[in-house]
Amino acid sequence: MTPDDIKQRIRAAFPDAEVSVVDTTGGGDHFDATVVSSAFADKGLVDRHRLVYGALGEAMRGSRAPIHALALTTETPEEHHRKTDRNDPR
Amino acid sequence: MNDLLKKRIADTIAKGRVMLFMKGNPSMPQCGFSAAVVGVLKEIGAPFESFNILADNELREGLKEYSSWPTFPQLYVDGKLIGGADIVRDLHARGELKKLVAGAPVAGA
Repeated sequence: MTPDDIKQRIRAAFPDAEVSVVDTTGGGDHFDATVVSSAFADKGLVDRHRLVYGALGEAMRGSRAPIHALALTTETPEEHHRKTDRNDPR
Repeated sequence: MNDLLKKRIADTIAKGRVMLFMKGNPSMPQCGFSAAVVGVLKEIGAPFESFNILADNELREGLKEYSSWPTFPQLYVDGKLIGGADIVRDLHARGELKKLVAGAPVAGA
């Protein structure tokens, strides 16, 4: 699995999403992903993560799934910009 | 999933108000994400029960389906899934995990 494979699957489910994925170990099975999409509005964190897991489907399901670990950050565009602004002293 | 397994899962979740399904046990976690959640719970001084999913493959696979959550650790408070390591760390960073564990409703959880 490559970060691009993951990115593609997530974009297919969330067409508006800004997605960044990093292979944290270089082994193609541990990833760190940030997904920014308006689909997360009015949803709790558990439901947001479930949506992303759903988009990845078989890649995360079962003991032989190619993705062993996925650290996930899910934000709406508003939340993302608020955070970016705060981290960016202008 | 058969009813027997479903009941066993529900009973196991109900073993503690704060219940952690993890890889290994709190004194010897077998995975960095599980270790991180144990660390956070200890930091806020929350009493919790835990279950080692590496020792029970039937419950491990069943719980993923039961909760629609494909990974471990999984933290439950009052029978409700709070999330995995990312969410627990996020709630802790916002100071909300302690409130949640104390029984207060938390926005966005």
